[in-house]
Amino acid sequence: MSTAPVPEVDLGDLGFGRGAHLLVQRALAGLPPGGRLAVTGRDPALRVHLPAWCRGRGHRVEWPDRGDGSDLVAVVVRGSADDDRWFGAERAGPALPSALSSRPPARWGLGARGALLEAGGPEARFDLDDRDLVWADIAPHLYAQAAARQWDPQTAVPWDDPFALPADVEAAVVQVMTYLVENEQAALVVPARLVGRIHPHFREVVQLLAVQMADEARHMEVFSRRALLRGAEMGTSSAGGRQSLFTLVAESDFALASFLLSVLGEGSFVDLLSFLHENAPDPVTRRICWLAMQDERRHVVFGMAHLEHQAQLDPLLRDRLRAAIHRRHDALADTAGLNADVFDALVVLAAGGWHPDDVSAGFGRVQALQHAMDQGRQRRLVRLGFRADEAAALSALHTRNFM
Amino acid sequence: MPAPTVLLGAVAYDPKVVTIWEGFRAWLRGRGLDFDFVLYSHYERQVEDLVAGRIDAAWNSPLAWLRAERLAAANGTTVRALAMRDTDQDLTSVVVVRADSPVRQVADLAGRVVAVGAIDSPQATLIPLGHLAAAGVTVDVRRFDVGVGLHGDHIGGERDAARALVAGEVDAACMIDANHLAFVQEGTLPPEGTRIVAQTARYDHCNMTVRAPESDGVRLFGKLLLGMSYADPQVRPLLDLEGLTAWREGRTTGYDALADAVDANGFYSPDGRVTAPDYRP
Repeated sequence: MSTAPVPEVDLGDLGFGRGAHLLVQRALAGLPPGGRLAVTGRDPALRVHLPAWCRGRGHRVEWPDRGDGSDLVAVVVRGSADDDRWFGAERAGPALPSALSSRPPARWGLGARGALLEAGGPEARFDLDDRDLVWADIAPHLYAQAAARQWDPQTAVPWDDPFALPADVEAAVVQVMTYLVENEQAALVVPARLVGRIHPHFREVVQLLAVQMADEARHMEVFSRRALLRGAEMGTSSAGGRQSLFTLVAESDFALASFLLSVLGEGSFVDLLSFLHENAPDPVTRRICWLAMQDERRHVVFGMAHLEHQAQLDPLLRDRLRAAIHRRHDALADTAGLNADVFDALVVLAAGGWHPDDVSAGFGRVQALQHAMDQGRQRRLVRLGFRADEAAALSALHTRNFM
Repeated sequence: MPAPTVLLGAVAYDPKVVTIWEGFRAWLRGRGLDFDFVLYSHYERQVEDLVAGRIDAAWNSPLAWLRAERLAAANGTTVRALAMRDTDQDLTSVVVVRADSPVRQVADLAGRVVAVGAIDSPQATLIPLGHLAAAGVTVDVRRFDVGVGLHGDHIGGERDAARALVAGEVDAACMIDANHLAFVQEGTLPPEGTRIVAQTARYDHCNMTVRAPESDGVRLFGKLLLGMSYADPQVRPLLDLEGLTAWREGRTTGYDALADAVDANGFYSPDGRVTAPDYRP
């Protein structure tokens, strides 16, 4: 018989119905399998509960004589089940994003990045599992910034500011807002369809896209609310406009969807919101366009960042981007593109009046907007490595629906 | 040469039984045993089929083990406990009263209403009532017949007995030690609301019963069961579901208290017939 002193844990009056197992577990953790632990305590049910608990966890219980009249309940002999459970366990990569796995395995699945994963469990397949395909080093920073800059649609917009617009100007606002809601619906659905496919190892990208979706949700809310602020009907929606947006939603390739949405679409959308901010006839419209513009800029920054990263690694990326633009152009060649009502509404807002000179000036401003959109697209394409002349040609193929 | 085979019987007391034995089947087949299982809705038919040779092994409750032993003897054969879970050894049952009860010791229960589980529950009915009878205490039994035929594997009867105790409908309730802890932890029993006034001697629970003579398949089955490791991620979830951390060699030294209770109330006849008058599995 061993005479080595047996470590002891005193449970005092604490019973297993109130967490005594935590003290026993903690004391056992310091022992090897086969190690012995004396348990003392005064809870009346301990002699029933301690062995019942030990049995379920593979520990053995010995019942030494209590000749000394102590509070000794039993001696627990540590089993190996606790160790066995963690045999073959592995970390799901590093906790911090500084050294991400280039190809996190499917078995990491929904395990928190950096967590110690019990072996076994499901092979959770997330098909967007290539670091170079989804990651951008700026993602954690952009997420933090995006989360900090969430605004409350109720308090951030002066809904109650008094203003009155002529009926035709109000109708133009309603028409533009209707168009913006449609665009933001697409901008929400595109990341929503991608986010469930991204390996959770790249969680900052998932978080960023989630906030991006929350951005779009708010935009849908405020644009709808402005449209209905003075009436009960929305404007018109053209078949071609909806088809243009649906080509974005249908793109399943992450890089291409991101390119079409963020770099080309939302990039142009930022120019449109800037235009509306400048030409808005009322404080509510002005404010919501400004708020949405700030969010959209962030979306473009992320889209650009990870495509720039990917373009450096993959010289063939530009071929795919080029093909995507051509494909979308061909798909939309037979559609009218931008809703004519939207174009006219933009002219009305920019004109600010019905004198022929006003309309002419408004028309010029919308043309300038289109030029600015084109220039912006070309700049971004050049940053992704396209030659200037090709960037101009590709930008010209962009959908007339702006987005 | 064809692979050794085993056809196991298991009682479907819970849907998880399918998951468990399908998982074990894949694991066993991967190690050279042509294993399959059939599910029974209660233990009585399973035991009869084991003794009649229609299945090779029966995953038996302790009560089913006793009946298998008796039926086999009546048929001139024997059965053996091939293996058991580590968690099936050295259990106890307890008799519990409310903390404010005047009952301080077993003798105080005389003439009082004691809630028990189903008629065929070894842990919540037969063994604790046998314990009280052995102490010379006659009580008024209120039975909670949930899952009759499942030999107490369905926890519902025990839980209903515990609830009746809390509700003040009965003076005491019987349950297995681990369920007393579980009921306290899940809130069925208030943490300091009950007192244990009696605890039975230790007894054993289920075992894997096989018939003599043992086939190559049964021998391989026993060897493979004992070789299952909690460190194996393929079987660990199944072991967790089945509630064990290791299979042990079967032993039959822990069934005396149950056998005494079965004899005392005539649950089975000495030759293994069902003789409990109001038992309809």
